[in-house]
Amino acid sequence: MSGTPSLFEMARLQMVRDLRLALRRGGEWLQPLVFFLVITTLFPLTFDSQLSRLRDVAPAALWVSALLSSLLALELLFRDDALDGTLEQLAVSGTPLSWVLLAKTAVHWLLTGLPLVLMAPVVAGALGAPYEAIPGLLLPLALGSITLSLIGAIGAALTLGLRRGGVLLGLLTLPLTVPVMIFGAGASVRIIAGQSAAGPLYLLAAVAVLALALAPLAIAAAVRINVE
Amino acid sequence: MTWLWFHKLASPPHFYRIAGRWLPWLGWSAAVLGVTGLVWGLVLAPSDYQQGEGYRILYVHAPSAWLSTFTYTTMAVSAAVGLVWRMNVAHSVSASCAPLGASFTFVALATGSLWGKPMWGTWWEWDPRLTSELLLLFLYLGYMGLRSAIEDQTRADRVCALLAIVGVVNVPIIYYSVEWWNSLHQAPSVMKFGKPTMPASMLVPLLMMFAAGTLFAATMVLMRARGEILRRERVGTWLEAAVGESVALTGEKR
Repeated sequence: MSGTPSLFEMARLQMVRDLRLALRRGGEWLQPLVFFLVITTLFPLTFDSQLSRLRDVAPAALWVSALLSSLLALELLFRDDALDGTLEQLAVSGTPLSWVLLAKTAVHWLLTGLPLVLMAPVVAGALGAPYEAIPGLLLPLALGSITLSLIGAIGAALTLGLRRGGVLLGLLTLPLTVPVMIFGAGASVRIIAGQSAAGPLYLLAAVAVLALALAPLAIAAAVRINVE
Repeated sequence: MTWLWFHKLASPPHFYRIAGRWLPWLGWSAAVLGVTGLVWGLVLAPSDYQQGEGYRILYVHAPSAWLSTFTYTTMAVSAAVGLVWRMNVAHSVSASCAPLGASFTFVALATGSLWGKPMWGTWWEWDPRLTSELLLLFLYLGYMGLRSAIEDQTRADRVCALLAIVGVVNVPIIYYSVEWWNSLHQAPSVMKFGKPTMPASMLVPLLMMFAAGTLFAATMVLMRARGEILRRERVGTWLEAAVGESVALTGEKR
């Protein structure tokens, strides 16, 4: 047993490896962020460019764009590791697969979820959200994007190895994300209106904790089925 | 030993035979109950004092809504059985549930929409019940899409089983989240047909329709599962004997 790294060491190694790979691959991890900005730009163009009216759709624009770009980013999550056999090695490595995949999903969130969260204040401001409300918008989006990454990872693991998995991934994942969207957008609406968002925030956190506990098991089971 | 019947069902020939034996009973009782319930509900039952004759769509709407969720549960439970005990037959049953459940969901949505127009004055309302039913339809469609996208049978079975189980965790969450979301905006919809307030002359045909629908669903699932087994076991040697037997049986009837 002396040669086996501990669980935390294993997670750290996995995260460092994934981060290094993603950064060496160039700007691929930036694409979801750019996509997010493009979609949010489309809202003023297709709805109404008056800031006072845009403010009403700002939470919807923010959350729908975040959901769509997190969906787009999912393709990056397992694709390369499935192609070169890394996932199979992880599955037989003896470390709990759900733990390793949780680490992978965490890196994925760091690279594709966190930039959205950090960019959200700019976007929200451009969509007419009042300045004093903007810091408050970070928390629901951070909680929600973690859950979106976890749910999306289930979908990505289920559609692993499918050639035309993209549309299917959306069809599978989007209905499962409904609670996040409802509570997340609900919290954002209240924050922009200057009310207390404690209720939807607690529910959002509850969903995030539930996903954090259960989703890795489902992700690992799906990966195991697909690499067998 | 008491679980022997369960393990025996895992054998495709045995399941095929048992299902074939049950089918006529289930099918005929569904037909008799369904026709009686429909005639009673649509013609004989008194009209509602508030909704007039329009409420009669209830006799189709409520059973389909119940079956849309019941079929999903059946699908998920048999998927879990298939995943845990590696039962091919259970996966066949699960696969047979999906199109049926999607149809029930669609019928429930369509009849609900038709009912909503005269009673609520709108075809569609973003009501919790309606929205979560619509999401259920999407879950079914995703399941069917995933199944048709994977060519390898064993992998399709297991991946779809996992999806069905994940979905069943999510269904109550969706339901409650949608309810809470909407309660911010409007009062919950009034389900006027709470059981205690319903006279027996309306309630009895409704219960008959529920029973008929459930029996019909069981009939359809077993028929489709038999077809699925035929497709999967098309190289099996037992098949010739079994199909020959059933051909002989239907031959007698003709």
